[in-house]
Amino acid sequence: MTEPSTPSEQPSRRSHRARRRPRPRATFLSVLGEILITVGVVALMYVSWHTWIGDIIISNQKHAEADALAQQWAAEAEEPEPSPTDPEPSPADPAAIPVLGDQEHGDVFGIMRIPRFGSDWKFQIASGISRPDILDQGEVGHYPDTAMPGDIGNTAYAAHRWTSGAPFDPIDKLVIGDAIVIQTKAGWYTYRFRSLEYVQDTQVQVLLPVPNQKGVEANGRYLTLTSCAPKLNMLERIVAYAVFEDFTPASEGAPASLTDGVTA
Amino acid sequence: MYGALWRILPGPWWVRTLILLVLLAAVLYLLYFHVFPWVFTFFAPDEESTIGGG
Repeated sequence: MTEPSTPSEQPSRRSHRARRRPRPRATFLSVLGEILITVGVVALMYVSWHTWIGDIIISNQKHAEADALAQQWAAEAEEPEPSPTDPEPSPADPAAIPVLGDQEHGDVFGIMRIPRFGSDWKFQIASGISRPDILDQGEVGHYPDTAMPGDIGNTAYAAHRWTSGAPFDPIDKLVIGDAIVIQTKAGWYTYRFRSLEYVQDTQVQVLLPVPNQKGVEANGRYLTLTSCAPKLNMLERIVAYAVFEDFTPASEGAPASLTDGVTA
Repeated sequence: MYGALWRILPGPWWVRTLILLVLLAAVLYLLYFHVFPWVFTFFAPDEESTIGGG
Protein backbone atom coordinates (compact mmCIF):
# COMPACT_ATOMS: atom_id res chain seq x y z
CA MET A 1 0.00 0.00 0.00
CA THR A 2 2.54 2.57 1.08
CA GLU A 3 5.13 3.67 -1.36
CA PRO A 4 8.56 2.48 -0.41
CA SER A 5 10.86 5.28 0.63
CA THR A 6 13.73 4.31 -1.62
CA PRO A 7 12.93 4.16 -5.34
CA SER A 8 15.62 1.57 -5.94
CA GLU A 9 13.60 -1.06 -4.03
CA GLN A 10 10.50 -0.62 -6.18
CA PRO A 11 11.24 -2.81 -9.20
CA SER A 12 12.45 -5.77 -7.23
CA ARG A 13 9.43 -5.70 -4.89
CA ARG A 14 6.94 -5.42 -7.69
CA SER A 15 8.39 -8.32 -9.62
CA HIS A 16 8.56 -10.28 -6.39
CA ARG A 17 4.84 -9.71 -5.79
CA ALA A 18 3.87 -10.48 -9.35
CA ARG A 19 5.76 -13.74 -9.30
CA ARG A 20 4.62 -15.21 -6.03
CA ARG A 21 1.33 -13.39 -5.25
CA PRO A 22 1.84 -14.13 -1.55
CA ARG A 23 -1.44 -14.45 0.26
CA PRO A 24 -1.68 -12.77 3.60
CA ARG A 25 -1.20 -15.24 6.38
CA ALA A 26 -3.86 -15.54 9.00
CA THR A 27 -2.30 -14.49 12.24
CA PHE A 28 -3.76 -14.64 15.71
CA LEU A 29 -4.44 -10.93 15.54
CA SER A 30 -6.12 -11.01 12.13
CA VAL A 31 -8.49 -13.78 13.21
CA LEU A 32 -9.20 -12.00 16.48
CA GLY A 33 -9.90 -8.81 14.51
CA GLU A 34 -12.33 -10.57 12.20
CA ILE A 35 -14.13 -12.14 15.16
CA LEU A 36 -14.41 -8.78 16.90
CA ILE A 37 -15.76 -7.11 13.75
CA THR A 38 -18.28 -9.94 13.36
CA VAL A 39 -19.41 -9.59 16.96
CA GLY A 40 -19.82 -5.85 16.44
CA VAL A 41 -21.90 -6.32 13.29
CA VAL A 42 -24.10 -8.94 14.99
CA ALA A 43 -24.60 -6.60 17.95
CA LEU A 44 -25.74 -3.84 15.59
CA MET A 45 -28.07 -6.30 13.87
CA TYR A 46 -29.52 -7.18 17.28
CA VAL A 47 -30.22 -3.51 17.89
CA SER A 48 -31.99 -3.31 14.52
CA TRP A 49 -34.02 -6.37 15.46
CA HIS A 50 -34.86 -5.10 18.92
CA THR A 51 -35.97 -1.64 17.92
CA TRP A 52 -37.44 -2.23 14.49
CA ILE A 53 -37.25 -5.42 12.44
CA GLY A 54 -38.22 -7.74 15.29
CA ASP A 55 -41.53 -5.95 15.84
CA ILE A 56 -42.33 -6.26 12.13
CA ILE A 57 -41.55 -9.98 12.15
CA ILE A 58 -43.41 -10.70 15.39
CA SER A 59 -46.45 -8.57 14.58
CA ASN A 60 -46.83 -10.36 11.24
CA GLN A 61 -46.65 -13.71 13.03
CA LYS A 62 -49.27 -12.51 15.51
CA HIS A 63 -51.55 -11.26 12.73
CA ALA A 64 -51.31 -14.69 11.12
CA GLU A 65 -52.12 -16.41 14.42
CA ALA A 66 -55.14 -14.16 14.92
CA ASP A 67 -56.26 -14.86 11.35
CA ALA A 68 -55.98 -18.58 11.98
CA LEU A 69 -58.08 -18.28 15.14
CA ALA A 70 -60.75 -16.26 13.31
CA GLN A 71 -60.89 -18.87 10.55
CA GLN A 72 -61.14 -21.63 13.14
CA TRP A 73 -64.12 -19.85 14.72
CA ALA A 74 -65.71 -19.39 11.31
CA ALA A 75 -65.26 -23.08 10.54
CA GLU A 76 -66.71 -24.08 13.89
CA ALA A 77 -69.68 -21.77 13.37
CA GLU A 78 -70.56 -23.56 10.15
CA GLU A 79 -71.09 -26.80 12.03
CA PRO A 80 -74.32 -26.37 13.95
CA GLU A 81 -73.03 -28.44 16.83
CA PRO A 82 -73.81 -26.60 20.04
CA SER A 83 -70.94 -26.78 22.44
CA PRO A 84 -71.43 -26.33 26.16
CA THR A 85 -68.57 -23.87 26.31
CA ASP A 86 -70.22 -21.52 23.82
CA PRO A 87 -71.53 -18.30 25.24
CA GLU A 88 -75.29 -18.54 25.17
CA PRO A 89 -77.14 -15.60 23.70
CA SER A 90 -80.61 -15.43 25.13
CA PRO A 91 -82.89 -16.84 22.44
CA ALA A 92 -85.86 -14.94 23.81
CA ASP A 93 -84.26 -11.60 23.08
CA PRO A 94 -82.31 -11.47 19.83
CA ALA A 95 -81.15 -7.95 20.62
CA ALA A 96 -79.38 -9.13 23.75
CA ILE A 97 -75.64 -8.78 23.65
CA PRO A 98 -73.89 -12.05 24.47
CA VAL A 99 -71.18 -11.74 27.09
CA LEU A 100 -68.47 -14.28 27.63
CA GLY A 101 -68.14 -15.85 31.03
CA ASP A 102 -65.05 -15.44 33.19
CA GLN A 103 -61.88 -16.72 31.59
CA GLU A 104 -58.95 -18.59 33.08
CA HIS A 105 -55.62 -16.81 33.14
CA GLY A 106 -54.00 -17.11 29.73
CA ASP A 107 -57.15 -18.09 27.83
CA VAL A 108 -57.30 -16.51 24.39
CA PHE A 109 -60.90 -15.41 24.04
CA GLY A 110 -60.84 -12.64 21.46
CA ILE A 111 -59.17 -10.77 18.65
CA MET A 112 -58.72 -7.02 18.71
CA ARG A 113 -58.87 -5.12 15.44
CA ILE A 114 -58.42 -1.39 14.93
CA PRO A 115 -58.84 -0.34 11.29
CA ARG A 116 -56.95 2.92 11.96
CA PHE A 117 -53.79 0.85 12.51
CA GLY A 118 -54.20 -0.98 9.18
CA SER A 119 -56.56 -3.57 7.80
CA ASP A 120 -54.17 -6.38 8.72
CA TRP A 121 -53.69 -5.15 12.30
CA LYS A 122 -55.15 -7.81 14.56
CA PHE A 123 -53.92 -9.32 17.79
CA GLN A 124 -55.20 -12.08 20.01
CA ILE A 125 -56.61 -11.11 23.38
CA ALA A 126 -55.68 -13.25 26.35
CA SER A 127 -57.03 -13.07 29.88
CA GLY A 128 -54.50 -11.56 32.26
CA ILE A 129 -51.87 -8.84 32.14
CA SER A 130 -48.75 -10.66 33.31
CA ARG A 131 -45.73 -9.94 31.15
CA PRO A 132 -43.80 -13.15 30.45
CA ASP A 133 -46.70 -15.30 29.29
CA ILE A 134 -49.06 -12.73 27.76
CA LEU A 135 -47.75 -9.24 27.04
CA ASP A 136 -44.23 -10.38 26.11
CA GLN A 137 -45.81 -12.91 23.75
CA GLY A 138 -47.28 -10.13 21.65
CA GLU A 139 -50.81 -10.59 22.89
CA VAL A 140 -53.25 -8.00 24.13
CA GLY A 141 -53.91 -8.62 27.81
CA HIS A 142 -57.38 -8.26 29.35
CA TYR A 143 -57.39 -6.87 32.88
CA PRO A 144 -58.97 -9.84 34.68
CA ASP A 145 -61.05 -7.79 37.11
CA THR A 146 -62.71 -5.67 34.45
CA ALA A 147 -65.80 -6.38 32.41
CA MET A 148 -65.84 -8.73 29.44
CA PRO A 149 -66.51 -7.18 26.02
CA GLY A 150 -70.12 -6.20 25.59
CA ASP A 151 -70.85 -6.25 29.31
CA ILE A 152 -72.04 -3.25 31.29
CA GLY A 153 -68.98 -1.52 32.72
CA ASN A 154 -65.43 -1.09 31.53
CA THR A 155 -63.48 -3.67 29.57
CA ALA A 156 -59.76 -2.86 29.85
CA TYR A 157 -56.71 -4.04 27.94
CA ALA A 158 -52.95 -3.58 28.04
CA ALA A 159 -50.30 -4.27 25.41
CA HIS A 160 -46.73 -3.35 24.63
CA ARG A 161 -45.89 -0.27 22.62
CA TRP A 162 -42.52 -1.54 21.50
CA THR A 163 -40.95 -5.02 21.49
CA SER A 164 -43.00 -8.21 21.35
CA GLY A 165 -44.74 -7.10 18.18
CA ALA A 166 -45.66 -3.72 19.69
CA PRO A 167 -49.45 -4.08 19.32
CA PHE A 168 -50.24 -0.63 20.73
CA ASP A 169 -47.34 1.16 19.03
CA PRO A 170 -49.67 3.51 17.08
CA ILE A 171 -52.09 4.11 19.99
CA ASP A 172 -51.43 7.86 19.89
CA LYS A 173 -52.59 7.94 16.25
CA LEU A 174 -56.22 7.19 17.18
CA VAL A 175 -58.77 9.73 16.02
CA ILE A 176 -62.15 10.39 17.65
CA GLY A 177 -64.70 7.95 16.28
CA ASP A 178 -62.20 5.28 15.25
CA ALA A 179 -63.54 1.76 15.56
CA ILE A 180 -62.00 -0.55 18.12
CA VAL A 181 -63.46 -3.96 17.36
CA ILE A 182 -63.25 -7.02 19.56
CA GLN A 183 -64.10 -10.27 17.86
CA THR A 184 -65.09 -13.28 19.90
CA LYS A 185 -66.61 -16.56 18.87
CA ALA A 186 -70.03 -14.97 19.27
CA GLY A 187 -69.41 -11.97 17.02
CA TRP A 188 -67.97 -8.49 16.85
CA TYR A 189 -68.19 -5.82 19.55
CA THR A 190 -67.62 -2.38 18.08
CA TYR A 191 -66.41 0.40 20.32
CA ARG A 192 -65.71 3.97 19.24
CA PHE A 193 -62.61 5.79 20.38
CA ARG A 194 -63.25 8.96 22.38
CA SER A 195 -60.08 10.31 23.96
CA LEU A 196 -56.50 9.82 25.07
CA GLU A 197 -55.03 10.54 28.45
CA TYR A 198 -51.58 10.33 30.01
CA VAL A 199 -51.53 9.09 33.58
CA GLN A 200 -49.25 7.68 36.25
CA ASP A 201 -49.05 3.92 36.55
CA THR A 202 -50.76 4.14 39.93
CA GLN A 203 -53.96 5.77 38.61
CA VAL A 204 -56.05 2.63 38.66
CA GLN A 205 -59.23 4.69 38.44
CA VAL A 206 -58.95 4.53 34.63
CA LEU A 207 -60.03 0.91 35.00
CA LEU A 208 -63.17 1.65 37.05
CA PRO A 209 -66.55 0.51 35.66
CA VAL A 210 -67.08 4.13 34.64
CA PRO A 211 -63.50 5.26 33.98
CA ASN A 212 -62.27 7.80 36.52
CA GLN A 213 -65.66 7.96 38.30
CA LYS A 214 -65.19 6.47 41.73
CA GLY A 215 -68.24 4.88 43.31
CA VAL A 216 -70.43 5.40 40.26
CA GLU A 217 -72.40 2.42 39.09
CA ALA A 218 -71.99 1.83 35.38
CA ASN A 219 -75.00 1.88 33.10
CA GLY A 220 -73.01 2.07 29.88
CA ARG A 221 -70.35 0.01 28.17
CA TYR A 222 -66.80 1.39 28.07
CA LEU A 223 -63.43 0.23 26.84
CA THR A 224 -59.98 1.27 28.07
CA LEU A 225 -56.61 0.57 26.46
CA THR A 226 -53.37 1.15 28.34
CA SER A 227 -49.79 1.14 27.17
CA CYS A 228 -46.52 2.76 28.14
CA ALA A 229 -45.64 6.38 27.49
CA PRO A 230 -43.49 7.98 26.39
CA LYS A 231 -42.62 5.33 23.88
CA LEU A 232 -39.44 3.41 24.77
CA ASN A 233 -40.01 4.53 28.31
CA MET A 234 -42.09 3.57 31.32
CA LEU A 235 -42.41 6.81 33.21
CA GLU A 236 -46.10 7.16 32.48
CA ARG A 237 -48.96 5.34 30.81
CA ILE A 238 -51.01 6.31 27.79
CA VAL A 239 -54.70 5.51 28.08
CA ALA A 240 -57.31 5.38 25.32
CA TYR A 241 -61.02 5.45 26.13
CA ALA A 242 -63.81 4.19 23.93
CA VAL A 243 -67.57 3.70 24.22
CA PHE A 244 -69.67 0.82 22.99
CA GLU A 245 -71.51 1.18 19.72
CA ASP A 246 -73.07 -2.13 18.76
CA PHE A 247 -72.74 -5.88 18.54
CA THR A 248 -72.74 -7.86 15.30
CA PRO A 249 -73.45 -11.58 15.66
CA ALA A 250 -70.97 -13.90 13.98
CA SER A 251 -73.74 -15.19 11.73
CA GLU A 252 -74.15 -11.75 10.14
CA GLY A 253 -70.52 -11.53 9.05
CA ALA A 254 -67.95 -8.84 9.63
CA PRO A 255 -69.45 -5.49 10.66
CA ALA A 256 -69.18 -2.35 8.56
CA SER A 257 -67.05 -0.76 11.25
CA LEU A 258 -64.20 -3.04 10.16
CA THR A 259 -64.46 -2.48 6.44
CA ASP A 260 -65.49 1.16 6.41
CA GLY A 261 -61.86 2.02 6.75
CA VAL A 262 -61.18 4.90 9.02
CA THR A 263 -63.61 7.65 9.75
CA ALA A 264 -61.97 10.98 9.36
CA MET B 1 -10.91 -16.58 8.85
CA TYR B 2 -13.08 -15.19 6.06
CA GLY B 3 -10.13 -15.50 3.67
CA ALA B 4 -9.88 -19.20 4.50
CA LEU B 5 -13.63 -19.60 3.94
CA TRP B 6 -13.27 -18.03 0.50
CA ARG B 7 -10.45 -20.40 -0.41
CA ILE B 8 -12.29 -23.48 0.85
CA LEU B 9 -15.34 -22.76 -1.33
CA PRO B 10 -15.21 -24.51 -4.71
CA GLY B 11 -15.81 -23.14 -8.17
CA PRO B 12 -15.21 -19.84 -9.93
CA TRP B 13 -15.71 -16.53 -8.17
CA TRP B 14 -19.40 -16.19 -9.03
CA VAL B 15 -20.21 -19.64 -7.66
CA ARG B 16 -18.39 -18.77 -4.46
CA THR B 17 -20.28 -15.48 -4.26
CA LEU B 18 -23.57 -17.32 -4.74
CA ILE B 19 -22.72 -19.83 -2.00
CA LEU B 20 -21.69 -17.01 0.31
CA LEU B 21 -24.97 -15.16 -0.31
CA VAL B 22 -26.97 -18.29 0.50
CA LEU B 23 -24.88 -18.83 3.63
CA LEU B 24 -25.38 -15.20 4.63
CA ALA B 25 -29.14 -15.48 4.13
CA ALA B 26 -29.24 -18.61 6.29
CA VAL B 27 -27.21 -16.93 9.03
CA LEU B 28 -29.43 -13.84 8.95
CA TYR B 29 -32.58 -15.98 9.11
CA LEU B 30 -31.26 -17.90 12.10
CA LEU B 31 -30.24 -14.70 13.87
CA TYR B 32 -33.39 -12.67 13.27
CA PHE B 33 -35.97 -15.43 13.73
CA HIS B 34 -34.39 -17.64 16.37
CA VAL B 35 -31.27 -16.29 18.06
CA PHE B 36 -32.38 -12.71 18.69
CA PRO B 37 -35.80 -13.64 20.15
CA TRP B 38 -33.99 -16.07 22.40
CA VAL B 39 -31.42 -13.48 23.49
CA PHE B 40 -34.27 -11.05 24.10
CA THR B 41 -35.69 -13.30 26.83
CA PHE B 42 -32.52 -12.69 28.87
CA PHE B 43 -32.46 -8.96 28.81
CA ALA B 44 -35.92 -7.81 27.91
CA PRO B 45 -36.29 -4.19 28.92
CA ASP B 46 -38.41 -3.68 31.98
CA GLU B 47 -41.21 -2.31 29.89
CA GLU B 48 -44.47 -1.92 31.73
CA SER B 49 -47.66 -1.09 29.92
CA THR B 50 -50.15 -1.88 32.65
CA ILE B 51 -51.73 0.26 35.32
CA GLY B 52 -51.69 -0.78 38.92
CA GLY B 53 -49.65 -3.85 38.11
CA GLY B 54 -46.19 -2.35 37.69
